[in-house]
Amino acid sequence: MSISAVLFSWDVIDRANEFFFWLLLVVGGSYGVFLSADLFLLFLFYELVIVPKYFLIAIFGSTNKEYGAMKLTLYSFFGGALVFLGIIAAYVSGGSLDLNQLVQFQFAPQLQSWAFPVLFLGFAVLAGIWPLHTWAPTGHVAAPTAGSMLLAGIVMKLGAYAALRVAMNLFPQGFQMWRTWIAVLAVIGIVYAAAVALRQRDLKFVIGYSSVSHMGFVLLGLATANVFGVSGAVLQMFSHGVIGALLFAVATFVIASAASMGIPGLSGFAAEITILIGAWKSYPLAVWITGAGMVLVAAFTLRALKRAFFDVDGESAAPSSASAARTDARQMPAPPAQMTSSAERSIHLEPITIPEKLGAGLLMFATLAVGLYPKFLLDRIQPAVEAMRFLK
Amino acid sequence: MSYLELLKLAAPEAIVVVTALAVLTIALTTRRALVLGPIVAVLGVAVAIVAVVMLPSHANLFGGMLVISPLNSLFKIICLALALATVPLVSSEKALPNPGEYIAVLLLGSVGLMLLVGSEELLMIFIGLELLGLSLYVLAAFDKADVHSAEAGLKYFLFGSTASAFTLFGISLIYGLSGTTALAAIGQKLTTLQLQPLLAVGIVMTLIGFAFKIAAAPFHLWAPDAYQGAPIPSAAFIASGSKVASFVVLGKIVLIGFGPVHGSADWHAMIAGWSPVLAALAASSILLGNFVALAQTNVRRLLAYSAVAHGGYTLLGVVAGGREGFSATLFYTTTYAVTLIGAFAVVGAVRRETGGDDLQNFSGLAARSPFLAACMAIFFLSLAGLPPLAGFFGKFYLFSVAFHAGGNHGLLWLVAIALFGSFVSLYYYLIVLKVIFVDKKPESATAGDGPDFFSRITVTLLATVVLVLGIMPQTLAAKIIASLP
Repeated sequence: MSISAVLFSWDVIDRANEFFFWLLLVVGGSYGVFLSADLFLLFLFYELVIVPKYFLIAIFGSTNKEYGAMKLTLYSFFGGALVFLGIIAAYVSGGSLDLNQLVQFQFAPQLQSWAFPVLFLGFAVLAGIWPLHTWAPTGHVAAPTAGSMLLAGIVMKLGAYAALRVAMNLFPQGFQMWRTWIAVLAVIGIVYAAAVALRQRDLKFVIGYSSVSHMGFVLLGLATANVFGVSGAVLQMFSHGVIGALLFAVATFVIASAASMGIPGLSGFAAEITILIGAWKSYPLAVWITGAGMVLVAAFTLRALKRAFFDVDGESAAPSSASAARTDARQMPAPPAQMTSSAERSIHLEPITIPEKLGAGLLMFATLAVGLYPKFLLDRIQPAVEAMRFLK
Repeated sequence: MSYLELLKLAAPEAIVVVTALAVLTIALTTRRALVLGPIVAVLGVAVAIVAVVMLPSHANLFGGMLVISPLNSLFKIICLALALATVPLVSSEKALPNPGEYIAVLLLGSVGLMLLVGSEELLMIFIGLELLGLSLYVLAAFDKADVHSAEAGLKYFLFGSTASAFTLFGISLIYGLSGTTALAAIGQKLTTLQLQPLLAVGIVMTLIGFAFKIAAAPFHLWAPDAYQGAPIPSAAFIASGSKVASFVVLGKIVLIGFGPVHGSADWHAMIAGWSPVLAALAASSILLGNFVALAQTNVRRLLAYSAVAHGGYTLLGVVAGGREGFSATLFYTTTYAVTLIGAFAVVGAVRRETGGDDLQNFSGLAARSPFLAACMAIFFLSLAGLPPLAGFFGKFYLFSVAFHAGGNHGLLWLVAIALFGSFVSLYYYLIVLKVIFVDKKPESATAGDGPDFFSRITVTLLATVVLVLGIMPQTLAAKIIASLP
């Protein structure tokens, strides 16, 4: 993922050294979060990711970049503050910061009942949980291509990963108390974000909201609290990481959007079907509502596809494109509008470069591979998930 | 007790006083005081640090008037080091009249710091406070040509002397009740006394004086003007050395002297004593400091309001009490002081190049001077409490101690307020960094000659300290813990 992000920013010339400095900090911090088995280190890397993101977007972004960057950063830090409180609670009661030791510790139910939501919500902000998701679309729109790819591909996963690894694993009873609410929020997020995406004119907003919708699946998977759902959630994290990045890299739109809709044979399908099977066991109602959400996802993706490929060039180059990009998503008037997409713009601008092709190829391969043979990843995910404490 | 022995034990203070006199003489006899003065001062302070290291580990003179203990020695060294970091800033303030006198007053202020830190007796503490205060009033008003400096000095003086009066009144009440001025003896006496109204008045009055020194709301009104108007080294010294020493003494007074009337600041279970008073001060400082800082457009004023908020965070440790709480407070205030001197050094460099310290003076600093911009980023992110910088560990330590204290996480409300405050604070720190890194440099800005050699070295050193204390906090934290009885 990082490799393809770098490939996609081959043409950054202005302050290039700074750009890659911030980019590598984000990547390094993310590695740190995934690797650390110590709460303190995990939080350290978690926060380390946020500041570079701000500069990446505020310096190199487009469309309302300072607003988007600040919003994203403040949301992230709001989550960070909650996480901080949760970690202190765990540290003070458990007497250790080592995750492996903390997992053995039996926290008092009363502590779990408030520490779990605090910790989970803190992480979930970064995963784009409804109603704290609004940073995601604006942030995605403002970020440079590589930034959006990292944001959708890696950073949003950090939140979900940490929620699973820390919040749910440390406070299983708290999780049991609150999981219905998480499922409710996740389902609202899936449907709401898909519906909002349907009304967007700027393609990056569409993708931004679709990210929120897909991350809703991850949260729903986590809330099911059974092996199927949680493994599906992890698979979805991977799959959406790849798809989200691909969507922002737009050159390979068809495959990505097909995967995003959940067409069999691509990774999105494999992940979502696993989640829904898991969810059926816990919350049948949620599956019904989510099914409706998936129709919406398909609807906005197809609509975007149509606009991108079948509209006449002259129409879409109308002056509305500039203003549409500037206005905020929700203030947009209702009449059917022009899709202004980077895909279109690339028609007028120079063709994609070889590094970009390489990067996209890499991601595309991953989508297809996981879609056709999800067992490869699931075999690795399931044992890890089964070892989780809250399933016992 | 022979005088020779007394002189030996008070050697560090004596050396600093002699250095101050030497600097004054140099200023009178040669014209090169701007160069020679700082050099002599740095040497003198370095010798004083060595002298502190050579002191015996325990001594107690005149019933607590001069106490030598590992804790006191450690903080004498820290105060001297902070003075050491402030002195090079003077050499780059070319506009300052009479640099020799300025440095001499700065050194006398440092003696005040050492007396404050090294005493466990109320009268001596008061004398230290006054010596420090008077030096700081002069330092704040030193730039006679600048009306803002005069305003800063006057405001600081008026508020300061009123606060001193309160403290003295409080001390006299405490003395009247306990019949002694030594902290340890007061502590013993208070175990037998009930918390009567007179004692409560005495405690609150004493605390007011310190709340003024650490600029805790609502006694912070002098801070914004002093930070903005005073010459840069004075502001840095007021914000660093004076604050560290005040926290050390405040901690000692409440934990040793007023220990028995701790009270409790637990939510729904408050018990009268000094800790609810400090908790209220902390909460109001954090909220007021952070929210008012949001509206500032001058970087020094912004730092002043953020200092109010940081004073509030630091109080958390004292409220939590105990060995852990006190050491968290001391660690936090030390790292904060280091960070703030660094930030003021950068502000000073920018001020010399652009002629002001408003936000727009900083625009495009990253393009103009990447070095200063990078250091400023380190200092500000540390203030905001981001890992892996010193400010982060300091906050983590403070908040976890406060969370742990009291029955059934009673201080959770205070921790929540502090966390919320540090979340708010991030916005204004980021705004400054945004101006530095994202905004374009104004057309009119001329490429200055950059910061001079001394301040460059100082800033680099301070930034390194902030980074190292963030990555390896145990280097300082372990020392502090070990030095506490």
